[in-house]
Amino acid sequence: MNLLHLDSVDAGYGDFQALFGVGLTVAEGELLALVGANGAGKTTLLRTIAGELSPFRGSVCFAGGDVTALPDVRRARLGIGLVPEGRRLFGSLTVEENLQVGAATGRSGPWNLATIYDLMPLVADRRDRKAAHLSGGEQQAVAIARALMGNPRLLLLDEVSLGLAPVVVDRLYASLPDIRANGMTVVLVEQDLTRTFEVADRIACVLEGRIVLTGAAGELTRDQVTAAYFGTSEVVS
Amino acid sequence: MNWVNALVQGILLGGIFAMAASGLSLMFGVMRIANLAHGDLMILGGYVAAACATYFGVPVWLTAVVSTVALGALGFAVQRLLLDRAMRVGEFTPLMVTFGLSVIIPNALTQMFSNDAVPLGIGALGTASIDLAPGLAIGWFPLLTLVASVFVLTGLHLFLYRTQYGRITRATSDDSRTVRLIGVDNRRVYALTTVIALGTVALAGTLYTMRQGGVTPFEGQLTVLFAFETVIIGGLGSLWGTLAGGVALGIAQSVGAQLSPDLPLLAGHVVFLLVLVFRPQGLFGKGVTA
Amino acid sequence: MNVSVSRGGRAAVLGVGGFALIVVVLAALPYLVESSVTGQLVKLCYLITLATMWNLLAGYAGMISVGQQAYLGLGAYVLFIVNDHGFDVYTGTIVVSVVVGLVAWPVSYLAFRLRGGYFAVGTWVIAEVVRLVVIRFDALGAARGRNLSTITEDPVLRRAYTYWLAVVVMAAAVAGTYLVLRSRVGLDLQAIRDDEVAASSLGVRVTRGKRLIYVLSAAGCAAAGAVICVSSLGVASPTQIFGVQYSALMIFMVIIGGVGTIEGPIIGAVAYFLLDKYFSQSGVWYLVIIGAAAIVVSLYLPRGLWGLVSRHGRYAVFPVAHRVLSN
Repeated sequence: MNLLHLDSVDAGYGDFQALFGVGLTVAEGELLALVGANGAGKTTLLRTIAGELSPFRGSVCFAGGDVTALPDVRRARLGIGLVPEGRRLFGSLTVEENLQVGAATGRSGPWNLATIYDLMPLVADRRDRKAAHLSGGEQQAVAIARALMGNPRLLLLDEVSLGLAPVVVDRLYASLPDIRANGMTVVLVEQDLTRTFEVADRIACVLEGRIVLTGAAGELTRDQVTAAYFGTSEVVS
Repeated sequence: MNWVNALVQGILLGGIFAMAASGLSLMFGVMRIANLAHGDLMILGGYVAAACATYFGVPVWLTAVVSTVALGALGFAVQRLLLDRAMRVGEFTPLMVTFGLSVIIPNALTQMFSNDAVPLGIGALGTASIDLAPGLAIGWFPLLTLVASVFVLTGLHLFLYRTQYGRITRATSDDSRTVRLIGVDNRRVYALTTVIALGTVALAGTLYTMRQGGVTPFEGQLTVLFAFETVIIGGLGSLWGTLAGGVALGIAQSVGAQLSPDLPLLAGHVVFLLVLVFRPQGLFGKGVTA
Repeated sequence: MNVSVSRGGRAAVLGVGGFALIVVVLAALPYLVESSVTGQLVKLCYLITLATMWNLLAGYAGMISVGQQAYLGLGAYVLFIVNDHGFDVYTGTIVVSVVVGLVAWPVSYLAFRLRGGYFAVGTWVIAEVVRLVVIRFDALGAARGRNLSTITEDPVLRRAYTYWLAVVVMAAAVAGTYLVLRSRVGLDLQAIRDDEVAASSLGVRVTRGKRLIYVLSAAGCAAAGAVICVSSLGVASPTQIFGVQYSALMIFMVIIGGVGTIEGPIIGAVAYFLLDKYFSQSGVWYLVIIGAAAIVVSLYLPRGLWGLVSRHGRYAVFPVAHRVLSN
């Protein structure tokens, strides 16, 4: 069953259009990785799905309903959880308070303080620290944990590895199987192709605001994806 | 003993300033709105109480409740109808809107009640006091207001740090766009913030009116300065700083009055300016100063 | 693509020429019309001066003040001192401007410790302090206000001189604002207004520019205060001349007319002048409506009346913004 479906979405900021006729389908329980160069429109796409940005044209359907007109607040309560670029933690709150606030979606599910602390011992360790005083990797872990606390059906992860040491990124990715164990659907943006091929069920390549290639991770080759990434050859999706 | 008395009276006076200032501090903390009408809303709260007692025979203790509820409701309307929009229009628009309110409120009150004071008497409680020593007495009512303001500040503190809605309010203060991603409508947080701010300032205005025995329309032009001075002296973002700021301002005014009957206002302002020069972050605060 | 930068060219010449013509006509009026008309125009002139000075602070340097009445009142009271020491009130007004400007300079160090809404209230407190200090001087009439000691005896001449003083002060305020904004400082300031963080890369020039504007605005408000003092032969009460209602007035005029343009405050002043002339008898409801109008305009017409006329800034009588033209 499809959880998310985008149909010919145009979106952008003011006069600047960043997405052109994007169509995308994500099945329940699937992990889709978005691949593309900086400025290709990946973050814009995630923000459009989360409702932070409303599209100029086209539609966004989630869990069988049209959510195009719904603001971000309502979409969060329906179960779309975004871990935004730059983490955007509540700096004056402690780690635990950040997580508690994350439960404000009012959704029930497997994730609560106990299960999160169980999954991420590092976050449990830091629970009484102010979020502003954490390292980059710790902040990213808390940002993911905060989104999980809302028990979303669809988790959107925007470049969790940005600016982090590889060993730290390994640790973050290590919790991904547990996160998916309950059937959580995930869309993530990742620059590292090796990592992308390791975790993704399917891959979609974004080039200059268009989706130029999609396919199951097992059926695509690195060369195909690299070509789509740089736009060096014509590819048909 | 006169000086000790001035000190004690100043501390008692400071309670009202602190209670009035807490809502101002809260609105600025959550929405970055400096409410220039805060003093006039305080006086409006006093008017609601005094009018209830004078014209409708409402029991005096109940007027405080009526006033708090009425101004809380007004706060909801002001936030939804004016301030939400103002925050979208421009950086200084909320300031202009609250300034507009500060012109409307006292003039409308003058039109309705004239420039003469509307009385709000509290009978024997107004003069009852505990004699500690010759020349040193603590009035029951001023003591009651200090206790009430400690209650209000403690309540606010517990709300902000011990409840889920309080955590959400602080999160909204940190980042109003990100809370939306976890299902929090920041406009509801704003509405609640303004309801609390106006409710508490109405209670402060009612106690202020009871203490003075009545209220006149333009006193808000003074009380708004007291409230702002309290916040800056105490330091922004600290509720206990607000209490300390109120007490410091109260002592300054009361000691000033001891020096000369025409000095209390000037003494208060001078203490404020001295804090600005020598400790711009306030006594306890992190500071919003340049 | 050919790109050139324009700042009004021909329109600017027309605007400045037109303004000069209006000033000349205004100056000739005492020979042409009755003194009751010029008496009214004195008020219009100081309203335009005050609105222009408030706009200089808020519209160009992003400083919202609720305390310019400090300098307005000081203008009147310094005029008493200057006048007592033998200056006539007309040349005395120049001295008053300079003196009050010099007072405002150190005060700015205090006021600039606060930002945004807290700056606004800080200026208000400063105005209260100035009032409370001034009324401690018996020679200045204490809390009672006082009259000017020497004024022109002949009433016809006095009215004409007063009027000319008001016109000169108004013309100087508008022309001075125009010149400041077209200067290097003016460009820096418009950069601050648009983005303080980016503009802070301009370094100390930003603070220096804001300080200069603060001092100039104080000097202008002082001159307006001196005009008010001369036209009413003194100050009826310090509470009135140092009253926050003058700030309300300035804010109202600038918001109604349009903040951040030279034309806006002038239009706003004319609008208020007409409102006041025809509706001020209707009691305090009139003030309630003034407050409500300021709220409605700032919410629904943030560029004011001039914004409507100029169609979002495409036309300007006093062009101060640079415009990139592609040919």
